[in-house]
Amino acid sequence: MLLPLAYLVIRAAEADPAQLASLIFRTRNLVLLHNTVLLTIGVVAATTVLAVPLAWLVVRTDIPARRAITLLSVLPLSVPGYVMAFALLGLGGNYGFMARVFNISLPRPSGYWGALVALSLYCFPYVFLNVRASLSGLDASLEESARSMGHGPARVVLRVILPHLRPALFSGWLIVAIYVLGDFGAIALMRYEVFSYAIYSQYAGAFDRVYAAWLSLMLLALALIPVVMEGRLLARARFARTGTGVARRIRRTALGVWRLPALLFVALAFAASIGLPFGMLGYWLSLSSPWAELPRVARAFLFSAGAAAPAAMAAVFIAVPLAYLRVRYPSALSRATERIVYVGYALPPLALALAMVFFSLRAARPLYQSLPLLVAAYVISFLALATGPIRAALLQAPRRLEEAARSLGLSPLAAFVRTVVPLLRRGMLASMVLVFVITMKELPITFLLAPTGYTTLSVAVFSRTSEALLAEAAPYAAAIVLFSSLFVGLLLRYEGRGE
Amino acid sequence: MLSITRRIVCVVMLASLSVAAFAAASAEAEEITLYSGRGESLVDPLIRRFESESGIRVRVRYAGTAELAVLLAEEGERTPADLFWGQDAGALGSLAAAGLLAELPTQLVDGIPDIYVSTTAQWVATSGRARVLAYSPERVSAEEQPASVFDLTKPRYRSRVGWAPTNGSFQAFVTAMRVAYGEELTLQWLRDMRANDTQVYRNNTALVEAIAAGEIDFTITNNYYLLRFLANDPDYPVEQRFFEDRDIGNLVNVASVGVLRSSNRFDAAVRFVEFLLSPEAQRYFTDTVNEYPVIAEVPPNAALESFQRLLLASPRIDLDSLEDLQGTLELLRQSGAL
Repeated sequence: MLLPLAYLVIRAAEADPAQLASLIFRTRNLVLLHNTVLLTIGVVAATTVLAVPLAWLVVRTDIPARRAITLLSVLPLSVPGYVMAFALLGLGGNYGFMARVFNISLPRPSGYWGALVALSLYCFPYVFLNVRASLSGLDASLEESARSMGHGPARVVLRVILPHLRPALFSGWLIVAIYVLGDFGAIALMRYEVFSYAIYSQYAGAFDRVYAAWLSLMLLALALIPVVMEGRLLARARFARTGTGVARRIRRTALGVWRLPALLFVALAFAASIGLPFGMLGYWLSLSSPWAELPRVARAFLFSAGAAAPAAMAAVFIAVPLAYLRVRYPSALSRATERIVYVGYALPPLALALAMVFFSLRAARPLYQSLPLLVAAYVISFLALATGPIRAALLQAPRRLEEAARSLGLSPLAAFVRTVVPLLRRGMLASMVLVFVITMKELPITFLLAPTGYTTLSVAVFSRTSEALLAEAAPYAAAIVLFSSLFVGLLLRYEGRGE
Repeated sequence: MLSITRRIVCVVMLASLSVAAFAAASAEAEEITLYSGRGESLVDPLIRRFESESGIRVRVRYAGTAELAVLLAEEGERTPADLFWGQDAGALGSLAAAGLLAELPTQLVDGIPDIYVSTTAQWVATSGRARVLAYSPERVSAEEQPASVFDLTKPRYRSRVGWAPTNGSFQAFVTAMRVAYGEELTLQWLRDMRANDTQVYRNNTALVEAIAAGEIDFTITNNYYLLRFLANDPDYPVEQRFFEDRDIGNLVNVASVGVLRSSNRFDAAVRFVEFLLSPEAQRYFTDTVNEYPVIAEVPPNAALESFQRLLLASPRIDLDSLEDLQGTLELLRQSGAL
């Protein structure tokens, strides 16, 4: 984690002070900063409004087709940002879908609201997954006690449920916020100018690493604000059940007359977050000849999965001990280690990849542009995604269970494996899904660090869209979405069987 | 946990097997490594031709031109690449300036028009793309057409023009304007464009789409984007033309290729460059990719202006002078466009 930081500092030190000052102390940076902060807050709010009701409906109510709703709530993760943006843009305008099919010319979304909608529609699953894991791990007896003490349902939600969702919400928000800070593709398509604009134009416009390093450090500083805030807010909270006996099974609320509005909300959310991009992909596919490309798509998929699957597993195996130390042995050190994973996540991926190039060429030449190095870079970049759900699950795992296992003569490791790991299962699965799916979409790190000739699905998509061949890119983009969906579906199925 | 783990392990093993097979296959014949900023679907058919004709294997790393240029700068002498093929002259120029490119043999670049070769012969264009004015035939009348790119700052074009300040080919155009007209005039033009409410878009594709969508009426872009839209949809409601002859708005930018100085397979790399300049490859660029050939002996593509017309319309700019992108970025920032 610290290697990329060191790299940025090395590069930043090469700067010429006068030019640096003109780049960094521009009033326009303030405008960009202002836009960035506004957008981040907006997206965090919008994803919450989408995700929390969905999670609650799925876990706590008798809404039909819960499994399907869960799956559909995670699926938008598999949609690459530019597909979502193109889909939104392709709807409106004089020559858009609506104009050509229904003869209605809608204005195309753009600017703040366009960016907000596009980002929210594929980021809300981060919040959903976190909240859902937390809601289903919550001991129902807590709520029942609150009810028995005379609190109404609304007060129970406010006083008992929401406070317990805090870690899940915070870690979801953190992931979304940092994602928004760093995203460039969808935001640029929506013509909203944010801070990542400045970094992108420095690398891509001037092929410059020195000033881009400065801008990356500035972005990193910005991203650390929510990281520190989250750490502070959660520092002293305890969320595990302390009661004896078995946790109460969750009692589902009957929706009654609310059933229809709830289903309507769900339908609307999915029409936008899944219907739109899938429809767009389908339209592109119809313009291309997907079957001729099939062998290449299959090969690119193997490459993608061959990097994404080990990255997902490695991230989870590293995240579990990190989160465990943080939760069970809180100290300044364990807190710091756990926070540091966000450095990797908040770094602009191009800067991170260059850092890996820099160090591996000097210290580990044989590893350069090899699969293990690529996987390692993915893990550094996305470890933060894996820690959130695991930590939230761990916070709900009572320490007493482990103590009991120890007192029965198990070694610390065995006690951990036999008592805590089963309770972490949901969290670990969620982590794996998150890392796998985002890795499938990743570009800059893959560009620089994949073995030469290792053309993954996302690279294949890029190298077609960059030549304005949208239809040719469609089979590969569809494969990303399809295989990510299958992976999500597989995990959810497995998770369901465990119940 | 087990069943799912097993499935994942299966996938991983399959994938790593295919990777291993792929590595083993590449161990035999002579082999060169190409970093390509040009897209796979365009490049791959050419690579296959070259491999079967020459017996030299080409390993290709596909990525963005900018990312690859930054990567090559970071790798320096340690790069595994023998060749770099980029979407614009600026990327090659920045590597040439950093001393990372080798000089190409003179007989290779003899007979290619000056606008297509670096003055130090460190890179050569593989195809040309002209900057053009794209417009909406529905909303723009004949007498409304601007004669020069400098006209776009006039009040009648207010809010009707789109541009993409982060785009590489746009920045190369601004650099050319600086070289031809100086910093002051260029800065003035940029400021006037901003003051005239020129709309900002992500890239050339987005610009052309914005005309079709009715958001803007004009844009300055590269010639081949519209042609690719038209290939999928002949009714696409956008047209394009040159400004008057020699206008800086008609700049010819290039996709170009260079051999890395650190390469120890120089001859094989040069053979690949030679192949890209051959009539066969040039014909492919002209017919399939809708770009301008760099040699004269290629039958013209009906969708493009003729090669001779292009040489007439294009301004006289030394493409090597387009390497100072830092200066252009600074100007763009001063004007508030970035």
